[in-house]
Amino acid sequence: MSPILVLDDVSVKLPAGGDRSHAMAHVSLSLAANEILCVVGESGSGKSMTANAIMRLLPGGVTIDGGRILFEGRDLCGLDEAQMRKVRGAGIAMIFQEPMTALNPLRSIGDQIGEMFELHSDLSAAEIKARTLALLEEVRIPDPALAFKAYPHELSGGQRQRAMIAMALALDPKVLIADEPTTALDVTTQAQILKLIRDLQRRKGTAVLFITHDFGVVAEIADRVAVMSKGEVVEAGETASVLGNPQHAYTRQLIAAVPPLKAPPPRALSEEPIMTIAHVSKTYRTGGFLGRGQRVTHAVKDVSLVLPRGATLGIVGESGSGKSTLARCLVRLIDPESGEIRLNGIDLASLSREEMRSATRDIQMVFQDPFASLNPRRKAGEAVAQGLIVHGMARPEALARAKELFGLVGLDPAATERYPHEFSGGQRQRIASASASALPARWRWSRRYWSPTSRSRRSTSPCRRRC
Amino acid sequence: MDLVKLYFRSPPAVIGLVLLILVLAMAASADILYPRDPLALAGRPLIWPFSNPRFLLGTDNSGRDIAAQIFHGARISLLIGGVATVISIMIGITVGAFAGYYGSWVDTALMRVTEAFQTLPNFLLLLVLVAVFGSTITTVTVAIGIVSWPASARLTRAEFLSLRNREFVQAGRTLGLKDIRLIFGEILPNALPPVIVYASVVMAIAILLESALAFLKLSDPNVASWGNLIGAGRDVLRVQWYVSAIPGIAILVTVLAVSLVGQGLNDALNPRLKSR
Amino acid sequence: MRVLTLAGRRLAASIPTLILILIGVFLLLQLAPGDTVDAMMAQMGGGDAATAKQLREFYGLDLSVWAQLGNYLWRLVRLDLGFSAIYGKPVATVIAERLPATILLMTASLSFAFFFGLILGVVAARGVNKWPDTLISTLGLLFYAMPTFWFGLMAIVVFSIYLQWLPAGGFEDITVSYTGLRRTLDIALHLVLPTLTLGLFYMAIYLRIMRGSMLEVLNLDFVRTARSKGMDETRVVVRHVLRNALLPMVTLIGLQAGTMLGGSVVVESVFSLPGLGRLAYESVIQRDLNTLLGIIFVSALLVITINFIVDLLYARLDPRITTGS
Repeated sequence: MSPILVLDDVSVKLPAGGDRSHAMAHVSLSLAANEILCVVGESGSGKSMTANAIMRLLPGGVTIDGGRILFEGRDLCGLDEAQMRKVRGAGIAMIFQEPMTALNPLRSIGDQIGEMFELHSDLSAAEIKARTLALLEEVRIPDPALAFKAYPHELSGGQRQRAMIAMALALDPKVLIADEPTTALDVTTQAQILKLIRDLQRRKGTAVLFITHDFGVVAEIADRVAVMSKGEVVEAGETASVLGNPQHAYTRQLIAAVPPLKAPPPRALSEEPIMTIAHVSKTYRTGGFLGRGQRVTHAVKDVSLVLPRGATLGIVGESGSGKSTLARCLVRLIDPESGEIRLNGIDLASLSREEMRSATRDIQMVFQDPFASLNPRRKAGEAVAQGLIVHGMARPEALARAKELFGLVGLDPAATERYPHEFSGGQRQRIASASASALPARWRWSRRYWSPTSRSRRSTSPCRRRC
Repeated sequence: MDLVKLYFRSPPAVIGLVLLILVLAMAASADILYPRDPLALAGRPLIWPFSNPRFLLGTDNSGRDIAAQIFHGARISLLIGGVATVISIMIGITVGAFAGYYGSWVDTALMRVTEAFQTLPNFLLLLVLVAVFGSTITTVTVAIGIVSWPASARLTRAEFLSLRNREFVQAGRTLGLKDIRLIFGEILPNALPPVIVYASVVMAIAILLESALAFLKLSDPNVASWGNLIGAGRDVLRVQWYVSAIPGIAILVTVLAVSLVGQGLNDALNPRLKSR
Repeated sequence: MRVLTLAGRRLAASIPTLILILIGVFLLLQLAPGDTVDAMMAQMGGGDAATAKQLREFYGLDLSVWAQLGNYLWRLVRLDLGFSAIYGKPVATVIAERLPATILLMTASLSFAFFFGLILGVVAARGVNKWPDTLISTLGLLFYAMPTFWFGLMAIVVFSIYLQWLPAGGFEDITVSYTGLRRTLDIALHLVLPTLTLGLFYMAIYLRIMRGSMLEVLNLDFVRTARSKGMDETRVVVRHVLRNALLPMVTLIGLQAGTMLGGSVVVESVFSLPGLGRLAYESVIQRDLNTLLGIIFVSALLVITINFIVDLLYARLDPRITTGS
């Protein structure tokens, strides 16, 4: 089959002063009709830039400075703006990572989808409405008539992404570019959206350029794969051969970083529990005045768990499942309404604020986002020493201990003098973990230890140490 | 430092700084260049500017040297503007920090008061304050500070609201830090930059408020204020319009300088916004 | 109507604010040296202590501060603002006479500032860092830094004294009594300079906000979506950017309504307009505290009304407000 979209030796130049000169260097790709090509790479590999370059929607100062982009045999780089606009939407359509921000918050879904027809066809308003409703039906949105009138904030994340897909497929484009369309979604929704994209693609014979960092997605959906690193395509081929027999070292590294779903070998656990959580509940009440029209959300409902001494307990759930609320209840960032949280026999839930402050030496928390959990205006060393100072250690002593801890988590002790923004994401996570380890906590709550953007960092994170 | 380099990359910011230094220099040299009382009779009234070398900028309708008043006025404007800004920002930060950090009823109560100050036209409140406490330079300065804090309180509150649930604050709390430490040690330094930048707006408005008050003859009549001079010149506007025009330009330049410096600082602190 | 309920709730929430203001200012005015009776005596050219005592009793000024406050609030509930000793009329009448000029000036200035601020802001943002942007931004800065009253004086020098195009002050020509359309035209002509004087400062603020928020919105994801649909730039701006970019500006109008009313004090003084602002100034000079308090009350009401309208407008622009998220 002849390719419908060809990138031939395309380079994209970044403005001067960045950390590299090109976002894409000599990238060549080809996409045939009725196939799904996955472009895989870590953040900053230039994979999203590839999508923007094809649509010729590059940010200011970024330019294509070499190569050709052939769509149905025409070089897109040679088209003027008006011709290019005819290609966008009708010939090549695009869906984005974050459907909430990719939709205009002030205009209804139906209005925004209908705009596709308004721009590229002469249909009447009534016809546009009918077509839009049919599209919403096609992407299997529960109540199309309601969704038509809804504003983006009134839909769920999955529904919003469905609406985006409906919009992109409105004019039966030859090529669909999907820029990480499932990254911002929960796992179960992610699977549904992937299935939807594949079904629609099969039915319409659309060529899909699917950009992702997730090899799980690749395995599920891709016909062919191209792996990108630092703006270059390092490896490309059939999905089975790339996943089964990766040639390039970088590909192997990426694949190896995907954690296998295999339980670690069982080990003997202590009989004695360090922490028992019994019937903990937390409800949120929003809106309403004097009890009228109130909405009640049961964030955590009657949870009981036991954690043996020296053990690790994993709590898994989608966003909104209450796992974060539970974690925050345990360290009393949120006050639970009922239930007890016994740590060494002391009920944390019943402690006063003052008593809890001193109890914090026994229970510590590591946060999801290592950057957000460090005060940007405090030196890294101080951040680590702070807990010690609060609990009575003299400042110089605490700072010395911080240096020591830096060494323990594999950082240069001299780095205590630097500010958080001067570290990489992985290094920050080490600082956060040093900070939580500073106190001799007997129990540590680590909340989603690794950042979602980079896989290869997970295996090297020092989290297993001491936790 | 990066900030300095970023600041000097923007031409308007540099122009602002030069103008500000110029005004500061005028204020500093006033006593040396014009040691006499600027409000004392100096010569024949209503001499046009540049017609008599003794009075470069001419004299006003009471025969006072306009140039001397401009130089001494720079002091008054900067002094009133500066002190009023400090007062206003301090009130604003305190109110905003407590409202934003504690939320619930503390927030409701403090925001009610802020709203009251914002609903009441600030110049009207200024008139009332001056009517009640008199128009000495101290009362005028304090009054200007009192009427102009609500915006900085709102700004601080908004910053606190977005920062108080950030993970580094929660991390501080799980480490056992006390509220006061969290407010002033952890959150405030992060909330401060936009408030500091906003201080330039407060200062610009403070200078304008004082000049308006002086123009209405409600500010301290015993100091050489630019607004006083414009008010005096109003009586001879028909022919000797320069008496009003010259101090107005001085105010314009000062406010422009303060605003440009503030904007330059803002751009240097948020380079992202500048680059697009 | 959800929008009305919501705005209505905001309106109800401003009642405590209003009461807070009245109590605060009332107590503040108790600290003023001399009361209304003193001012009256001064105007009558002095009088004996017995008359003063009689007058104080008549106006209820001999009661305790709290009793006076209670009386005042109770009278307010019945929409009675008290009596102005200086003007010899009920305060409500005095204010009613002065209100039209101020409302006219405010409406004209606000419309002018909003309209031109919007257009100039969009033009500047479209050509960011090119010459139209530089020109507009520079002019904006100059108008912002100019004291309004000084601009007013200079405008009088140029347009009234030298060019003689426009009247230098007043609300209408009192030497001839026009009626109907001719009178409207005359008033409009008198209001050109005051409107420009008050409006230019706010136009400068609005254009800066509009420019900034346009640039902010132009960088948002949904603008990229719109472009990826094959939409041309003009349509992108009109259909997707403008409404989003308007939100901060609309908010600002509500927040600055009070400031603008304050600004009218100075402008009305410059152009001798018989408005509320000028009345406030005169009341301060003449120590007519009853009138001053009445003006504070009416101004606060005016600001609350403007905010009510702004709320309605905002809810109309932003569907997220009414559905609550």
